[in-house]
Amino acid sequence: MSDIRLEGVTKRYGTFAAADSVDLSVTQGEFVTILGPSGSGKTTLLSLIAGLNRPTSGRISIGGRDVTEATAQERNIGLVFQSYALFPHMTVLQNVLFPLGVRRIGGAEAGRLARDALKLVRLDGFEGRRPSQLSGGQQQRVALARAVVFKPDILLLDEPLGALDRKLREELQVELKQLQRSLGVTTILVTHDQEEALSLSDRIMVLDKGRVQQVAAPTEAYLKPANRFVAEFLGIANFVGLPDGRQGVIRPERVRLMAAGQGLPARVVEAIYLGQMVRYHLALEGNQSVVAAVPFLGAAHAPGERVSVSWESADVWPVT
Amino acid sequence: MNKASRLEGFGFIAPLLVLMVVAFNAPIVYMLGLAFWEKGRGFTLEHYEGLLEAPVYLRVLGNTMRIALIATLANILIGYPLAHWMRGLGSRGRVIAIALVVLPFWVSILVRTYAWIVVLGNGGIVNRALQWSGLTDAPVSFLYNELGVTIGMANVLLPFLVLPLFAAMLRIDDRLLQAAASLGAPPRTIFWKVYFPLTLPALAAGALLVFILCLGFYVTPAILGGGRVPMISNLLDTLINQIPRWEQASAISTILLIVTLAIFAAYRRLDRKASA
Repeated sequence: MSDIRLEGVTKRYGTFAAADSVDLSVTQGEFVTILGPSGSGKTTLLSLIAGLNRPTSGRISIGGRDVTEATAQERNIGLVFQSYALFPHMTVLQNVLFPLGVRRIGGAEAGRLARDALKLVRLDGFEGRRPSQLSGGQQQRVALARAVVFKPDILLLDEPLGALDRKLREELQVELKQLQRSLGVTTILVTHDQEEALSLSDRIMVLDKGRVQQVAAPTEAYLKPANRFVAEFLGIANFVGLPDGRQGVIRPERVRLMAAGQGLPARVVEAIYLGQMVRYHLALEGNQSVVAAVPFLGAAHAPGERVSVSWESADVWPVT
Repeated sequence: MNKASRLEGFGFIAPLLVLMVVAFNAPIVYMLGLAFWEKGRGFTLEHYEGLLEAPVYLRVLGNTMRIALIATLANILIGYPLAHWMRGLGSRGRVIAIALVVLPFWVSILVRTYAWIVVLGNGGIVNRALQWSGLTDAPVSFLYNELGVTIGMANVLLPFLVLPLFAAMLRIDDRLLQAAASLGAPPRTIFWKVYFPLTLPALAAGALLVFILCLGFYVTPAILGGGRVPMISNLLDTLINQIPRWEQASAISTILLIVTLAIFAAYRRLDRKASA
């Protein structure tokens, strides 16, 4: 259980900077997500924190200790890969015992710790199975148990749910959040899935081309994006003109949809039914398009229908 | 697949099956049968009794096993580090390394074996280097003894071990090794607890292949052994071409076949146990 500090962390491959002077400080017990598209440098950053890679410049410290030059072995980090990286020649129990054996914890104590960790991820009874005999979700739970069994200072998760189908992913998101909270372990998650980032984290760091775009709580990053990139990467963004000539962003849920003649006239271009919500792609005057998301209450507007829209100017967040 | 189309499919491969049976299987069965047959008297076990009575046969069999074992061990000691080193190369380095490993395959085994005479002979480069460096005064005799045969066989069979081993090593996901490192394992532990066990099936398979091939080796012991290192194949050659005693040769072949099959069965059992 430690805090993490990155100061000006840079990783160059030739002239290409995979991470460009990244600053981040994660407090003890916090859950921070590094969010970015593929190629944004998020996995590079994670491997630098894990010690699988060395930064070109900058400083990394964990729990007040400078670990910039420390090897992965010396960092006491629990790391979970998207590919699970379970040892295929070992049983579930042997996988979970592995980090304990390395730390010279053996016998009854190791067995108890391993069984506790497996119980934590609801896999008690699977000790004797091989990874190949488990489903993807179960394998990921084993990887998680293996990463927390030795009480690591921090937990690093590299797209841990990326290979799972949607329903399982949502289930595991809840479990992961509960697990992280009950252990109180400082956690960094890397993902390109903005929903995952919004639902799991205390704070989000949005990364693009190796540079930090914004570090903020999920609601803040969503409603008050620092720039156009963040606005567009975190869900659907409507860009509208502000009275002072600047551009502002407003989220689809904040756009009000009404019968024709009550606000700005609009025409329904497309109505997409999403279950709880209907998403309308609307054409406004002057070739402007706006997306509105409204709760589905039985009847929807058809494409081509005339409607009108309005929004509170307070819901529009200026961006550059 | 329904019955008609299965029958039709059989029609296509039937000529091939006939060829296989007539050209390969029937002669083997005939050979094996020879050992149990005596002209004019019918079934007999006396050829096997003859093997047991003359200790030279069993000694050659034991000798063959021992040389095959040493050559296999030498192959492992050279092949494993070599394959591991190749895994660490860049993609271009790998292609070159594989070409160098496979290159001897394209050269006739006869030429390769005679090449060893040039290299290992009393005036060969190895002996000249040894004497020049002062390690020995007189030339070391590498040829026409077991040492030469072992060196020759280890060389010829190296690709059979290196290639499957290299393929298995390439299949090992680097992230497994990274995961082990992140879990706190030092490099030595990562090697013995993760890397080595994952290469073990391929190592066992390659070593077994090399061992079985060693058992039946003829050219290399004949040339590098100079007739002084009797191995089973050379014994068979003598029995068939010089004495002619086909029945005895056939009895020895049967024993060799059984030994080989037994080793193979033992390996399959181990393999199944390991992967279960």
